[in-house]
Amino acid sequence: MLDGILSAFFLQSGYNATLVTIGACLLGIAAGTSGTFLFLRKRALISDAVAHATLPGVAIAFIIMVFFGGDGRNLVGLLLGSAISSLIGLLAVGWITKYTRLAEDAAIGAVLSVFFGAGIVLLTVIQSMSSGRQAGLEGFLLGSTAGMLFQDAVTIAIGGVIAVLAVFTLRRPMTLAAFDPEYATSTGQNVYRTDLATMGLVMAVTVIGLKIVGLILIVAMLIIPAVTARFWSERAEHVVILAGLFGGAAGYIGSAISASAPDLPTGPIIVLVSFALFCVSLFFAPERGIFSALLRHRRFQLLVHRRQGLLAIAHGERIYDPLTLSTLRKAGFLRADGVATDSGAAQASKTLRDERRWKVARGIYQDDAVSNLYDGLTPIEAVLTRDQIAEIDRHIPVAKQVDGDR
Amino acid sequence: MGAEFVQLSLTPMLIGILAAIACALPGNFLILRRQALIGDAISHVVLPGIVVAFLITGTISTWPMIFGAAAASILAVIIIEAIRRFGKIEPGAAMGVTFTSMFAAGVLLLEQSDTSSVHIDVEHALYGNLESLIWLEAEGWHSLIDPATLATLPDELTRMAAVAVLIGIGTWIFWRPLKISTFDETFAGSIAIPVSAVGFGLVVSAAVAAVAAFDAVGSIIVIAMFICPPAAARLMTNRLESQIMWSILFATLSAILGYVFAGYGPQWIGLDNAVSAAGMIATVSGLILALACFLAPHRKRLGAAENLGQ
Repeated sequence: MLDGILSAFFLQSGYNATLVTIGACLLGIAAGTSGTFLFLRKRALISDAVAHATLPGVAIAFIIMVFFGGDGRNLVGLLLGSAISSLIGLLAVGWITKYTRLAEDAAIGAVLSVFFGAGIVLLTVIQSMSSGRQAGLEGFLLGSTAGMLFQDAVTIAIGGVIAVLAVFTLRRPMTLAAFDPEYATSTGQNVYRTDLATMGLVMAVTVIGLKIVGLILIVAMLIIPAVTARFWSERAEHVVILAGLFGGAAGYIGSAISASAPDLPTGPIIVLVSFALFCVSLFFAPERGIFSALLRHRRFQLLVHRRQGLLAIAHGERIYDPLTLSTLRKAGFLRADGVATDSGAAQASKTLRDERRWKVARGIYQDDAVSNLYDGLTPIEAVLTRDQIAEIDRHIPVAKQVDGDR
Repeated sequence: MGAEFVQLSLTPMLIGILAAIACALPGNFLILRRQALIGDAISHVVLPGIVVAFLITGTISTWPMIFGAAAASILAVIIIEAIRRFGKIEPGAAMGVTFTSMFAAGVLLLEQSDTSSVHIDVEHALYGNLESLIWLEAEGWHSLIDPATLATLPDELTRMAAVAVLIGIGTWIFWRPLKISTFDETFAGSIAIPVSAVGFGLVVSAAVAAVAAFDAVGSIIVIAMFICPPAAARLMTNRLESQIMWSILFATLSAILGYVFAGYGPQWIGLDNAVSAAGMIATVSGLILALACFLAPHRKRLGAAENLGQ
């Protein structure tokens, strides 16, 4: 098993598997990057409508090609058909959203279910045709890389390269339109046309991906890498590049794993690898990850307990909260029997003075930005100048007495 | 329209109608709440639930599968919420991540497990098996009043009927909180309606409808019926009460016409094999929606209609 995966990793497990792996990697890069723009535009699920709308096109293309005496399984012909019908589906979503009172989500759902249903009807028609029994069009539902022809793999690889190049060329206008459509318009950019280009790319990726991951799961390749990348950066350019990397990695690793054993279907494996990358990011990403959020919360909690504990010492109150006690003991402010140490007493009076100064400061600078900075944690020295603090101290008679603790 | 109809077409048609209505009822509220795609998501995540239930019990029996599917739906709702809250990701994308991944896991489990001996596969999950739910023992219309023959009705019919009635009663009982919280969430909260519980209940009833229908007719009808009949009904009227009635009418019409076109349509144009009934029902519901988009009295947005008048 491991040997199989490793040999597939280094493209050693046969010509066909190598082609599929490279194709899936390119497809992943193209899907990840173009999906990012959809995601940033908050229209991720429109790709679901685009993907499901390909099915009737595939079936009609097959029927037409057989009708004219050709081979119905010609991949280029089938992909052309799927592109046309997904374009019609896309236009239908746009039309319904624009000209009726239905919202975009209803339009997406209607188009995807109806086009898919019509596609299923056409598939059953094909099954009853004499040449349709071996059509294997069901492979387009979930993808099928087994027995892929050489020219199919080349078609997918070329398509992937073109899509990646297109993203690279259009990256600036698409980023601008995704982030600030109004500003983009004011600079003379045609946002509507940029949106169309994004949709065109998504369609291209969907059509190219039909053979590898299938129309039900291609949505995952468009959405998951973009969402994953969003965890790691706040900058649009970086999100796009990261999404491309995540998508490419999922495509490469997924198809390598799937090549290592017979009953590991490529499409689902690629999606699950992508989901695994997503889970890692969800938990461990530095700023937005769950663990970093928990850590941040814990640090904040400790700061609050330390501050409140010191204030309690300064007021000569007894502390009962176990977390406060342990925080103060660890900092060396409190002895085991609950009596403050020298440094604890010093810190406590300093904290009390800080709190008093803040109270006065909030009275003086009522409408100022200063009072908004008061969170009960920031020392006043970090906000005000020495002169301002001296001014404040003149309002506090007792402040002189604790000055010596410094 | 005799014995053969009762034997072969009556039960699938009834199951189709009941499934369509059971999905269309919650669909009305989902559409108004801009949650239309929840039906789509649920019908995808049901697959791993059913496969896991099958792997644990080893048989295709109804209750474990329904339980597995319900558990999978709830798990999906939790994951979606977690991604939204912790990752600050918009709900559409969070949904996209969750349902595709769970569906992929379901497909992988299916491929990995030995299910060749039983009838469970992805195609079946997608477009169901409506045509096979026949009533062999029936001998004609008089069988409908014969208790012995009635007992041999397909299980799917009784189950689907029970779920449809359950959802109908639920909608009726919770009508007021459902309606108010759908149209004005803030107001609903101010008169002590538990808004989030109502929302969750709606999603759960959608899941129940989806799971029951999924078993009988496949996910494609489920998605179509959640959206198309209510969407078409939304264009017919401004009143929620009449919208519900229209959506039931459209759902019934789609199921009947779809089944008839699938079964007899090909013969009319000279082909001899029937086509997929599930696909055809979805297609007919789409045609009804398309007609509504062009002709229905309330198809425009309110603002758009005023602009036309000027």
